[in-house]
Amino acid sequence: MKVRIRVNGTPREHDVEPRTLLVQYLRETLGLTGTHVGCETTICGACTVLLDGKAVKACTVLAAQADGGEVTTIEGLAQDGKLHPVQEGFWECHGLQCGFCTPGMIMAAVQLLKRNPEPDREAICHGLEGNLCRCTGYSHIIDAVAHAAKKGGK
Amino acid sequence: MPKTKESAPKGYVGRPLKRVEDPRLIKGIATYVDDLALPGMLHAAVLRSPHAHAKLKSIKIDDARKLPGVVAVLTGADVNDKVGSIPCAAPMPDQKSPQHSVLAGNRVYFVGHPVAVVVAKERAIARDALDLIEADYDAFPAVTDMEKALEKNAPLAHPELGTNKAYSWSLSGGNVEAEFKKADKVVKVRMRHQRLIPMAMEPRGCVASWHAGEGTLTLWTSTQVPHLVRTLLPGLVRVPENRTRIVAPEVGGGFGSKLNLYAEEVLVSHLAIRLGAPVKWIETRRENAAATIHGRDQIGDYEVAVKKDGTILAIKSHTLADMGAYLQLLTPAIPTLTGLMICGCYRIKAMKMDVTAVHTNKMATDAYRGAGRPEATYAIERLVDLVAADLGLDPLDVRLKNLPKPSEFPFKTATGLTYDSGNYQGALKKCQELADWKGLLKQREAARKAGKLFGIGLSTYVEICALGPSKIMAAGGWEWGCVRIEISGKVTVITGATPHGQGQETSFAQIAADKLGVPMEDVVVMRGDTAVAHFGRDTYGSRATAIGGTAIVMSIDKIIEKTKTLAAALLKTSPKNVEYKPGLFYDRKKPKNSIGWGKLAGEAYIAKNLPPGFEPGLEASSFFEPPNCTFPFGTHIVAVEVDPDTGRTRILKYVGVDDCGNQVNPLLVEGQVQGGIAHSLGQVFMENAVYDENGQLLTGEFMDYAIPRAGDIPDYVLGSTVTPSPSNPLGVKGIGEAGTIGSTPALANAVHDALSPLGIRHLDLPLTPERVWRAIRDAKGGRR
Repeated sequence: MKVRIRVNGTPREHDVEPRTLLVQYLRETLGLTGTHVGCETTICGACTVLLDGKAVKACTVLAAQADGGEVTTIEGLAQDGKLHPVQEGFWECHGLQCGFCTPGMIMAAVQLLKRNPEPDREAICHGLEGNLCRCTGYSHIIDAVAHAAKKGGK
Repeated sequence: MPKTKESAPKGYVGRPLKRVEDPRLIKGIATYVDDLALPGMLHAAVLRSPHAHAKLKSIKIDDARKLPGVVAVLTGADVNDKVGSIPCAAPMPDQKSPQHSVLAGNRVYFVGHPVAVVVAKERAIARDALDLIEADYDAFPAVTDMEKALEKNAPLAHPELGTNKAYSWSLSGGNVEAEFKKADKVVKVRMRHQRLIPMAMEPRGCVASWHAGEGTLTLWTSTQVPHLVRTLLPGLVRVPENRTRIVAPEVGGGFGSKLNLYAEEVLVSHLAIRLGAPVKWIETRRENAAATIHGRDQIGDYEVAVKKDGTILAIKSHTLADMGAYLQLLTPAIPTLTGLMICGCYRIKAMKMDVTAVHTNKMATDAYRGAGRPEATYAIERLVDLVAADLGLDPLDVRLKNLPKPSEFPFKTATGLTYDSGNYQGALKKCQELADWKGLLKQREAARKAGKLFGIGLSTYVEICALGPSKIMAAGGWEWGCVRIEISGKVTVITGATPHGQGQETSFAQIAADKLGVPMEDVVVMRGDTAVAHFGRDTYGSRATAIGGTAIVMSIDKIIEKTKTLAAALLKTSPKNVEYKPGLFYDRKKPKNSIGWGKLAGEAYIAKNLPPGFEPGLEASSFFEPPNCTFPFGTHIVAVEVDPDTGRTRILKYVGVDDCGNQVNPLLVEGQVQGGIAHSLGQVFMENAVYDENGQLLTGEFMDYAIPRAGDIPDYVLGSTVTPSPSNPLGVKGIGEAGTIGSTPALANAVHDALSPLGIRHLDLPLTPERVWRAIRDAKGGRR
């Protein structure tokens, strides 16, 4: 079946198998490998992308469901070579170690700040409930999101 | 004895610099193994046993083979005689363990045991084809409980071995029986160190490519140890070592689970050679839980001989250790590390530890963050609290009574180790200050008066890191490093230590830039590819900076020494007059007569003005063989409140003071500690790998195997003290595992302290709300 999705601002059109997952489409068809697969069960959040502005776990969304929609992946976050404030925050605050959960974590944080530009620690934790990290112990991730919020980072 | 590094004002070492590896990671343009796509690449999927122990009666692969897009379907009969068995690098004397073939033969021994492999043009097709394989099994009783496994007439995990006992091992030091005779009291307890699943966020995976013309095999694999894989794999797939290249690209977490050579790495390499095409295999999360190594899984019966005043005389333990069905790389060695560290940071004159290792029909255990040391630290730190409780003493006083003084270092333990340096009282005192110890005691008193279950937990720990001198390691404990000042003056540092998230691309650049007096931006640190890092023993056991960092320092020293001759020629002075300060060689008689790396590098490679006998180029490599391990230490203090109605624990305060010697980058140190504590939070409150009596893994997904989330993490207050290690010129010790080692007992002691007014003496981990609630209910006299 044919899907037309605007990905990181660029209109894309491909024939895909109906069962193709959005994450497969992004990674394998478009070569956007920044979105990672950690569990294939919607739990770990490594595959989080924005679909029509909302954070979704791309491992359990069909590419077909995104047809006609707009997807932002980690690769599309930095604008004109300038890091997004959330990316800056993760770098400044050592919010990552192995980096595998990071793209999903950043995308979840972007949506969190869109909904709540001044989150307290509890709100940050709540917003990242669906994203697992095994390296950092989260503390620096929470700092990173708070840092981005302070910089007005949506 | 090295001095604490006094960083020059502009020096990089000692500063909390953000990481140079981060931009590619935060932009999503790093390359993990699943991001690789080679022309003509095929995809493998592995069929795994759904039974813990069964005879594989028949396996029909025809339908799978016929599926369009399927290239090959192979079983053990097709593969096992063409490749070697999976090696264990640390077998014990008289070990009774099965041979570990790449695919199962006619029997399967654990749920997740690889039975067959499909190779197809697409990953989805390979997975579809798995469903078309008809494997028919006759199930046997499974051995899942390590205690029952040793009972008479117990079913056998591997009937051909005739026993479930894998090995017995003992370690003793001092006169244990004499010390026990002197005891006023013997404190006894049984503790279970539950089985844990490492759950790195990136599952394992690999891509193999065979160049038939060159006869070279390249394996990209999500591993902590590409060099160990290069040592082990060639013989198994019958390719010479010098025609084998292993690459660990970006690796998404390991925690010991990728410190191994796995069946799939051998299988995929074999498939690439056999089929003449690159082959990729990526583990699913379910496979990761079932077929990547697990950690811990010991049961210890501990006895401590003490005097009335709290002096600890001796410790004895009988430990059962569950090996699982097969031995992986270091499986049998893990409980021996527990033995080595069982005396903790105390002056204990005698010890004896007897280990009985058992095979069961479960996934192998092996090195998971801490690897045997968390078991030791948890045991001794819980024991100290129990000693205090049984003698009516304060746990703090018992610790203070038994800690060696700073003047007693190097400190020899009853287990035969020499702790390099320490100031245990210093870390304890600082931690108490940061925690407002007296305030906490008052808070506890007030809370208890109000009927609340408020507890304070303390752990003073020491761990063994920078593993280690080659004489105690299976195959080389050195590390290799190479430094090259390029013709342009830029600096290339190559480490054999294979960092994968720890941040040595940054910290090694800090070290090199300081020593060479160049901007950090001019230094690049390469790692993870055996074609680039020619030698290495890789990252595990918190060894990379202490051993790998030193190999870099040694290489720079060699370059500086060599360059003095060239500098002398160019400065037109005698080499003995040439002095070096970072970045500059100068004539000590005329200090203004100086020359820097940029000019020297050009001359060294263009080679027109070289002094006689000067070998062109500015490159040196070094192997650092450490004289001893290092022994980081610290104190963690935790305050908790337990809700008696739900059994849930709330962490009110978390304070840790860790001493890892000199710190190259305090920000990275803090990150390692925080990450380590999170693993402890998991172990103490939620994580538990559960197999049912049939050997089914009940916790095979994140849905069932809980790991901490952001909301589970307390606000940490972290501090440090600095006691340099004399075992390396950097004076560093290692910090990768300290959080996990020091934190678990502090958290557990806090919960037990909270429950102590109810007379609850010891509960095994994890202290889930259910377990705690049941204990409270029972302590209050049964059901309410």
